[in-house]
Amino acid sequence: MTAIIEEAVDSAAIASASSKRKPLWQLAIRNPAVIFGGAILLIMVAIAVLAPFLGTVDPTRIDPAARNKKPGTEITYRLDNGTSFKHEAYMGTDTLGRDVYSRVLYGTRVSLIVGISVAVLALAFGLVIGMVSGYIRWLDGIIMRIMDGLMAIPGILLAIALVSIWRAGLITVIFAIVVPEVPRVVRLVRSIVLTVREEPYVEGAISVGTPTWTLMFRHILPNTIAPLIVQGTFTAAAAIITEAILSFLGIGIPPETPSWGNIMSEGRTLFRIFPHNILYPGIFLALAVLAINVMGDGLRDTLDPKMSKKV
Amino acid sequence: MSDQKPVLEVKNLSVALPQGGDRLHAVEKVSFTVKPGEIVCLVGESGSGKSVIAFTIMGLLAKALKPVSGEILLQGENVLAANEARLRELRCTRMSMIFQEPMTALNPVMTCGEQIDEVLRTHTKLDTTQRKTKIIGILTRVKLPEPERIYASFPHQLSGGQRQRIMIAMALVLDPVLLIADEPTTALDVTTQAEILKLVAELQEGQGTGVLFITHDFGVVAEIAHRVAVLRWGELVEMGPTEQILSRPQQPYTRMLISSVPSIHPAHRGVRLEKETVLRTEKLGKTYAGKSFFQKARVVKAAVDVDLDIRRGETLGIVGESGSGKSTVARCIARLIDPTEGKVFLGKTEIATISPSKLRPHRRKVQIVFQDPYRSLNPRITVGDSIIEGPMNFGLKRGEALARARKLMETVQLDPNALDRYPHQFSGGQRQRICIARALAMEPELLIADEAVSALDVSVQKQVLGLLDEIRQRLNLAVLFITHDLRVAAQICDFVAVMSQGRVVEYGAAEQVFGAPKHDYTKSLFAAAPGRDWEFGKFATA
Amino acid sequence: MIDFIARRLVAIIPVLAVVAVFVFLMLRLTPGDPAAVIAGDNATSEQIDLIRAKLGLDLPIWQQFFIWISDILRGNFGESFFFKKTVTELIAQRLEPTLALSICTLIVAVTTAVPLGVIAAYRHGSLLDRVVMGFSVMGFSLPTFVIGYCLIYIFAIDLGWLPVQGYTRIGADFGGFIEHMILPSITLGIIYVALIARITRASVLEVLNEDYIRTARAKGLSNRVVLMRHALRNAAVPILTVIGIGIALLIGGAVVTETVYGLPGLGRLTVEAVLSRDFPTIQAVILMFSVVYVVINLLIDISYTLFDPRIRY
Repeated sequence: MTAIIEEAVDSAAIASASSKRKPLWQLAIRNPAVIFGGAILLIMVAIAVLAPFLGTVDPTRIDPAARNKKPGTEITYRLDNGTSFKHEAYMGTDTLGRDVYSRVLYGTRVSLIVGISVAVLALAFGLVIGMVSGYIRWLDGIIMRIMDGLMAIPGILLAIALVSIWRAGLITVIFAIVVPEVPRVVRLVRSIVLTVREEPYVEGAISVGTPTWTLMFRHILPNTIAPLIVQGTFTAAAAIITEAILSFLGIGIPPETPSWGNIMSEGRTLFRIFPHNILYPGIFLALAVLAINVMGDGLRDTLDPKMSKKV
Repeated sequence: MSDQKPVLEVKNLSVALPQGGDRLHAVEKVSFTVKPGEIVCLVGESGSGKSVIAFTIMGLLAKALKPVSGEILLQGENVLAANEARLRELRCTRMSMIFQEPMTALNPVMTCGEQIDEVLRTHTKLDTTQRKTKIIGILTRVKLPEPERIYASFPHQLSGGQRQRIMIAMALVLDPVLLIADEPTTALDVTTQAEILKLVAELQEGQGTGVLFITHDFGVVAEIAHRVAVLRWGELVEMGPTEQILSRPQQPYTRMLISSVPSIHPAHRGVRLEKETVLRTEKLGKTYAGKSFFQKARVVKAAVDVDLDIRRGETLGIVGESGSGKSTVARCIARLIDPTEGKVFLGKTEIATISPSKLRPHRRKVQIVFQDPYRSLNPRITVGDSIIEGPMNFGLKRGEALARARKLMETVQLDPNALDRYPHQFSGGQRQRICIARALAMEPELLIADEAVSALDVSVQKQVLGLLDEIRQRLNLAVLFITHDLRVAAQICDFVAVMSQGRVVEYGAAEQVFGAPKHDYTKSLFAAAPGRDWEFGKFATA
Repeated sequence: MIDFIARRLVAIIPVLAVVAVFVFLMLRLTPGDPAAVIAGDNATSEQIDLIRAKLGLDLPIWQQFFIWISDILRGNFGESFFFKKTVTELIAQRLEPTLALSICTLIVAVTTAVPLGVIAAYRHGSLLDRVVMGFSVMGFSLPTFVIGYCLIYIFAIDLGWLPVQGYTRIGADFGGFIEHMILPSITLGIIYVALIARITRASVLEVLNEDYIRTARAKGLSNRVVLMRHALRNAAVPILTVIGIGIALLIGGAVVTETVYGLPGLGRLTVEAVLSRDFPTIQAVILMFSVVYVVINLLIDISYTLFDPRIRY
């Protein structure tokens, strides 16, 4: 008799608890925002990988005869061996006669590489530093003061400063964008570690003599995964924009490499007459970032409902 | 009073739960009345739907819950049919509500005076001075000292009891005919609770207000109710005058519930035999010092000069109100925090000051069960893995540890085959049993229960208490039992230490402390225990 | 109160120290001789020697740091060899457009975003809410310069309503100044609006779930009063916080916006300095923006006490 009562009395609590703990990944994959963002991203990845096979020409190929053509113009390219072929410049050409369509498609590669590597690196550094800071009390003060200092320099300025030190290049740009992102991840991880440390189940584990490393990896670290994935998507989106800004300002990826920022940077001078140089890479850039952000929102709503209430 | 027209009639009320819940209705076909000057208690365990009824009457129900049938008549007017504007007119003028959490129920950025003033500005045409006079008047009536100062205070400057008085003042300033009190004293300490209960009873008697009082605590029921309605799973089980329900309950559920209420008279358990001391503390103390550049460092003495002594097979209870330092002592003994003064002897070893690496072998001997069953187990690992974690830390093979875990599941009366399930698949009471099993898996010498049954419903509480006591006897275990609940302490403890403001003010055999308290604080504590004069019967429950 | 401000002031010292050390080390981390780097590509060896002596490059590094920092504390940021001016003069010259742009943007953004966020929270789940949230995601995703060029194309080139690029000093022609500020402020403001509207919505939603909101409704207050008198004031602290943090976006965005609209401000100066590897200028600009950012956030911290009586420590 009493057992039945206990069961029933707590059934409301069970119902709410078990609905919370359905397999999160399945929920995430079914979220429309995740599907929408993920689909666009997959297309972007396909474009980046398959760029050579999508009717493109060499994106660095300069042709004085084909300068500043409007979208849809047909261009005849002459090859070194004397033969020639016709190519329709769907998105026109730039001031050096390079095909914008090919450059935009190849530019996808740079943006995706920057987005992914910045997210992965920032999460990795942030996770390690954040765990250390949250767990080793005497280091906490020092680490957090340095992070506060780094966060006091507006992100893009910090990246600009770092690029100016190291000279431009893909690796430089990636690291210059990673550095300002790390403090954010550190703060996130640290706050999770500090909260979870106080949980009774962690204290329970301490009182059964669980060694520090097991405590970290088994009881504390898993709590950071969902928020970090969410943070990672937003970091990737921000990184893609920052790279485009640096390149647009002429201080990012070297101009010969096709990247969306570079194409727009070159299109700046003749923007009034030939807006396509800025329009097409702009659309791609906006679409890629939008897709990641929408996916991030969806992931946050499903993986990290506590955080989604906050932001 | 019985011939008067009721102020509130609830007729056949049903409230639907959103789809996918564990049942169809939060409240099903409930009818009752409240007459002027009468206090009706709605009593039930969690999930009984008692708060849902209160919110339905006020029209403050969450959107997911929908009243689907029945009527709620407030002085004859059906509030279920009233539109939003009419409901707003009724609130605070004819029906008012006070809530469980006085700490969060007041707007932190407005002064208390402003918040009461809002009620008057919304519902009356009084001018500024008239309103001020009325507010000072009601603040005086709820017995707040220095009403002028309180008027200008922000909520965070007041204590929990004072805030609840502000809530009561706000609710009663316009003399409504119905006051709904939703567990108004649950979050308060026992002495504050007694004062608030007294205040509510006085005020409603003076004005002839009908009160619908929601509680889970039969002590409070015995203290305040004229009539009682017992709820379970949204249905009304039994209703009648307080005396009848408490002493001659008809329904098996009511009988079971009332039987579960622990008696405030200590269970007799013989005298101390000379046995081996498991734990002894000597002038144990914990001081928190806040660092500050500009101010004088704030020093909080959470525990001062605590001397305790627990023998094998004994239960020592530490009772006290919130902030008395009882949990600090427990956590110092378990070395979850480091004590700042004094010594803790575990057997012959002093553990208060030894280094963490030397402490590790001794960790096994002291195990702790926490208050909140929902946060005490890692939600990501199976309960089996939680139980065997400790033994495996001390070198037991996985297989052996699992065998031990299976046995322990039987000991705590759970299915051993449930070891591969996750915590969310268990109820609160079951989780607390799992936590006990996890503690026992370490074969400890001292088991600390830090408010381990406080979050549980009374019927579940009874079972867990019974289990703890049985285990203590069987394993001849020393138990340190931390609680704020005098009834629970009376039932489980052999010895009791009463703590107040970090110090042990009275310490002795349970019978002696409960039977003839010496210290003034202990006396006031017992005097405040709700329903202390009522002996809850033990009924046969079949 | 004074105690609170004093403690806040002390707390920013380590932050600024880290910034200063970073900016100082910047120059030492570049490959090559710092003196040669400062002097620029066309410098003579005498010029380089002169700079070397002035920086004390032969001294231990911590002494160099103290020479550098004491110069800066006296307002001497060194000399830009590229622009042939002292850095202080250079910054003074370029200050106005950036200041004007930031203030205009701040006004535009806050006055749009806060009401949008409040309405979205109030009508939680409605079409309006979804539109605001959708706009907010878009605002985060559309890069500033893409927005800038789109606006220029539509309103300046196609419709011809506003000037394409350039700047008119506020003292010279106020009307012209406003005309030149409209598009840049909107461009820069969009991401800021997105951020503030989102946080406003979230904070108001969170506050609406609080117990004291239930109390306010139990008092019989109308929804409007509950929202305006009880919810908004309690949501103010997170909103203010994000306005402060968002200043970083504003500063970063100013660099881009000034480039797009050809505004001769500090953002543009930063880019020019990086392109010409004019290190004294880069250092000064970063230091200055960081100090401004930290000080604004300090002021916002202090302003919390106006909104929340609990914050007094």
